[in-house]
Amino acid sequence: MVRGMFRDLAMWLPAVLLSVCVAVGGSAVARAQGGEWQAVLDEARGQTVYFNGWGGSDRVNDYVAWAAERVLNEYGVRVRHVRVNDIAEVVARILAEKTAGRTERGSVDLMWINGENFAAMKENGLLGAPFVDRLPNFALVDTEARPTTIIDFSVPTDGLEAPWGMAQVVFMYDTALLDEPPRSITGLLAWARDDPGRFTYPQPPDFLGTTFLKQALVVLTGDRDALYRPVDQADFAAVTEPLWDYLDALHPHLWRGGETFPQAGPQLLQLLDDAEIDIAFNFNPNEASAAIADGLLPETVRTYVLDGGTIGNTHFVAIPFNAQARAGAMVFADFLLSPEAQARKADPRIWGDPTVLAMDRLSPEERALFAALPRGPATLPPEALGTPLLEPHASWTGALEAEWLARYGQ
Amino acid sequence: MRAEAENAAGTLRLEAVALVLGGEALLGPLSITIAPSEIVTVMGASGSGKSSLLAFLTGTLDPVFAASGRVFLDGLDITDLPPEKRGVGILFQDDLLFPHLSVGENLAFALPPRVKGRRERRQAVDGALAEAGLAGFADRDPATLSGGQRARAAVMRTLLAEPRALLLDEPFSKLDAALRERFREFVFDHARARRLPTLLVTHDAADARATGGPVIDLEDGNCRPATRFSGHGTDELRAGRGK
Amino acid sequence: MAGPLRAIAGRRPRLRRGPWMGFVPWLTLFLFLVPVLLGLVGTWLPAFGYLPALGGTGLSPEPWQRLFADPSLPGALLLTVTTGFLSALLALVLAMSVLAAWHGTRLLRAVRRFLAPLLAVPHAALALGLAFLLADSGWLVRLAFAAGELMGLAVPRRPPMLGLANDPNGIALTFGLALKETPFLLLMSLAALGQIRVERTLAVARSAGYGPVTAWVKTVLPQLYPQIRLPVYAVLAYSLSVVDMALILGPSTPPTLAVLVLRWFNDPDLSLRFMAAAGATLQLCIVLAALALWYGAERLVVRCCRPWLSAGGRGGPGRATRGVSGLAIGLAGAMFAAAILAMAVWSVTRRWRFPDALPAQWSAATWAETLPVLAWPAWTTLWAGLAAAGLALVLTIGCLEYEDRAGVRPSTRALWLLYVPLLVPQIAFLFGAQVLLVLLRLDGTAPALIWSHLMFVLPYVFLALSDPWRALDSRYARTARCLGLSPGAVLLRVKLPMLLRPLLIAAAIGFAVSVAQYLPTIFAGAGRLTTLTVEAVGLAGGGDRRVIGMYAFAQSVLPLAAFALALAVPTMLYRRRKGMSP
Repeated sequence: MVRGMFRDLAMWLPAVLLSVCVAVGGSAVARAQGGEWQAVLDEARGQTVYFNGWGGSDRVNDYVAWAAERVLNEYGVRVRHVRVNDIAEVVARILAEKTAGRTERGSVDLMWINGENFAAMKENGLLGAPFVDRLPNFALVDTEARPTTIIDFSVPTDGLEAPWGMAQVVFMYDTALLDEPPRSITGLLAWARDDPGRFTYPQPPDFLGTTFLKQALVVLTGDRDALYRPVDQADFAAVTEPLWDYLDALHPHLWRGGETFPQAGPQLLQLLDDAEIDIAFNFNPNEASAAIADGLLPETVRTYVLDGGTIGNTHFVAIPFNAQARAGAMVFADFLLSPEAQARKADPRIWGDPTVLAMDRLSPEERALFAALPRGPATLPPEALGTPLLEPHASWTGALEAEWLARYGQ
Repeated sequence: MRAEAENAAGTLRLEAVALVLGGEALLGPLSITIAPSEIVTVMGASGSGKSSLLAFLTGTLDPVFAASGRVFLDGLDITDLPPEKRGVGILFQDDLLFPHLSVGENLAFALPPRVKGRRERRQAVDGALAEAGLAGFADRDPATLSGGQRARAAVMRTLLAEPRALLLDEPFSKLDAALRERFREFVFDHARARRLPTLLVTHDAADARATGGPVIDLEDGNCRPATRFSGHGTDELRAGRGK
Repeated sequence: MAGPLRAIAGRRPRLRRGPWMGFVPWLTLFLFLVPVLLGLVGTWLPAFGYLPALGGTGLSPEPWQRLFADPSLPGALLLTVTTGFLSALLALVLAMSVLAAWHGTRLLRAVRRFLAPLLAVPHAALALGLAFLLADSGWLVRLAFAAGELMGLAVPRRPPMLGLANDPNGIALTFGLALKETPFLLLMSLAALGQIRVERTLAVARSAGYGPVTAWVKTVLPQLYPQIRLPVYAVLAYSLSVVDMALILGPSTPPTLAVLVLRWFNDPDLSLRFMAAAGATLQLCIVLAALALWYGAERLVVRCCRPWLSAGGRGGPGRATRGVSGLAIGLAGAMFAAAILAMAVWSVTRRWRFPDALPAQWSAATWAETLPVLAWPAWTTLWAGLAAAGLALVLTIGCLEYEDRAGVRPSTRALWLLYVPLLVPQIAFLFGAQVLLVLLRLDGTAPALIWSHLMFVLPYVFLALSDPWRALDSRYARTARCLGLSPGAVLLRVKLPMLLRPLLIAAAIGFAVSVAQYLPTIFAGAGRLTTLTVEAVGLAGGGDRRVIGMYAFAQSVLPLAAFALALAVPTMLYRRRKGMSP
């Protein structure tokens, strides 16, 4: 079903380009239209926004709690953070609501989303009207240098989800236990053969685990272009064969012999701290520094990226079609995009999630907020991160996960 | 000597047996010698510790009690033996036929393992049933038997285990008067026929009289031979006696 | 009206049947069964392709074809069946062997005292603690390393590859389930033993020469088992369909069927929903088949062992059984305690790195920082638990009082109905029930959450209260009636005060059951209402053991507090009433 939609998107590139123009142009207009936004603010006052998002990180949860307090004081909007294991559960619930014909007063007002979950919701009509270009702060978003803020896993956002933060895969290792980590996907295999049991990746469909598959696939495949088109337009078997060959070779040398995988991304950090593995990876370049500061990793941990780049993407917030507090959700989404909120989020002592804003669109005072942020001991300077590799089209996520489960999940 | 006589074959002897509950003396010290075929009665109101005395003799006394004294059977000190090694059979007020077994299986349960083979065991059981006037009852569910029949089956079960002494814990009190007398004779006859030293505890003076043996009254601790036995008042009058 | 004299003289007090009382049992059954049935139908329809919201408008076998074509299914089925059967069997054998070998001893009295707190600990909290104990770098290994260091051995810097937790064969899961279910079977057995004349039965058997263990097995067990058959079935059904423990302790390639089905339900590819519904239905079939198989095995055991019962074998002194079962129960208790202790220690840790046996840095920061966030789910846990336990108590009292007044006893069949929510896998009807809730616009509301918990709380409360209630000497009530009290006044002023202790214990059990609910909270809470259990399981993937520890610990503390209250209040109220002491 998910794939079916993408047949209609055969001409996806023009659509993306068009939406870039609409989004950028539209937000400029929105910032000018103070009166319209004032109406949203008025409507939002007194509303309660149920914000559903992955709740597995304490730092994220604390940050959301801070943001909730700010919008309550400033705009009179009460935000309840509904912490979920997997945002797919929320997609399921909104579907159940649609099943039951509940087109208003839904249980979710705003959700943290990206990638294939967004694609599935968009395809099934579970998202309402576009709202992003009505957010005043969207005009500050760096949609040019960061195209992933409006193209989510090759699917145009069409104003249905507002960018929240940036992510790029970085690898981390404990310098006290490992001198020189492998710096490529193929090097990783050779290293694992020499020192087995010291690496693993979260089990797909955990998004970080799937990201590892994509990282390897992008590097290993002979037809990289095919990855940026819907999967049913490609010869899946041929394109992905090098990946499965690679994994077949790698798995016997993984942690626990590749028989068991961590169930969620953050468990990799735990395993690194427990010295059960030597190399971990994360989607947040600041994660290692923040974890050191938080007492979750030893101070000797450092990060690095692979030669040839690592996968990067953007995460968003979206409003379901039947949200009860739509105005409140917009106010919260806009606040999350404010320089104040984005700067705090980028602070490695708080969360350390890179901003989506363009520095040159900020006022000098706002820029100063970002300039003042400390860089953690394990955080790479921005230039060392290199150019991120783009996520394959959203449809590849499900296909890769299904194939992985079929091969290794039994 | 005297001790030898008391420890003679087939004799059950209690030597200064005393029970303490929560630091307070509950019973005794009590010294009784029961010769083979002799039936000694211990009389006392509810709560006087008679049932606990029997539990001590069978080795199943609740650990909340502290007990002292020795018990000899057949000249052997059985005080510290586990219940199954003592050779002391007991019969309760309730027949306690196992509801999950048939009447015959209940009896076979008690039959010693040295009786081997399905046929031999069945024969022994049938013989015992016939002896109790229950021929043909082997495959019946115990629940379908009358009170008297169940009581007799319970006696046969106890005796089939070949005990060397028999303890009776008010086994007659639940039966109605007519049945009671006949059943009493049935039990006593079988006990005597096997030359078992028998200890009966009861609060019913009629039971005590029927034994024709000595009676020990826990009220005053006196032991009276059967001939000098005189009935006590109704139990209810003394029911309130503290421990 | 039947006069007081007649009540005294009558064999069975046929007291006035309240005109409204008759509907209580029906209401209770309605609250239970109708949602389960509707939920099942709501799951069966998509299992056969009918789910209009996803474009499924006709019936088709396609979901089943996809289900059986799924490569994970065979492994998941095998794992489900082995872990389910083995853990139920292990729990039963452990509980029975302890009872058989340690009957009437101090050990058993100690075990009995600890049963309530053991029962109070939610599955998820135990699983999280065990996961940390058993990990390659877990507490057991850390302690072993520390001991090795003390003895001057050279210990490696990296943990050994033991692979105890999340092992592919589900041994850790089997062990964890057995650990959690043994106390339940012990509690149910001890309650049932109260209705069997155990002491005298054993005295008869032992004076006939039987060894202690053999005597128990041949005379008590056959009488006990029929009484705990339903709890055993509930344990089997639960072990086959558990989700939270399987997520935390079980393997993942593949996981058990219930986890697999939940994964499909939650997959972003919404078309998997049909297959998930088929899988949920398969789960129901598995449980029903397993129950049938277990029943068959029971028959077989009875048939084979029957001659053995009366064959005369006396058995030995049972020292081996005693030793093994004592060791097993001691080990199990130690693991249980260590698991909970580990969570408590983590909650006050700042830094605790492998291979340290204890945290290097302690800190109250986790509590200080997390407590405000934890307060909201803790509050939801509290009111949902109190409401569910309270309602269950009222309904149970209503049913039992109706029994008294109408002079009827529920048949065994009625008891089976009571057990339906415990025997039917949650995942098999919760999806359908969720659609029902959404239709009624009740999802995510307090009534929905309370009701979803009530379904599982009620059976336990009924089980806990019915025996003490029926054991209460009916002459007290008759005497009170003769003194001129109305039936209502008798209930309020005689029965309830006399039964205060079992009432509070039943309520505490109900509360603990409510606290432990994972799937029902997810489905009925719609994410808006979340409890400590859901949060703790959610955090399990988050990796910060300090926060996990705090949630798991907090999750255990609430039911423990309920049990402590249930024990303390009657003792305090009746401190001058010796006859009311336990």
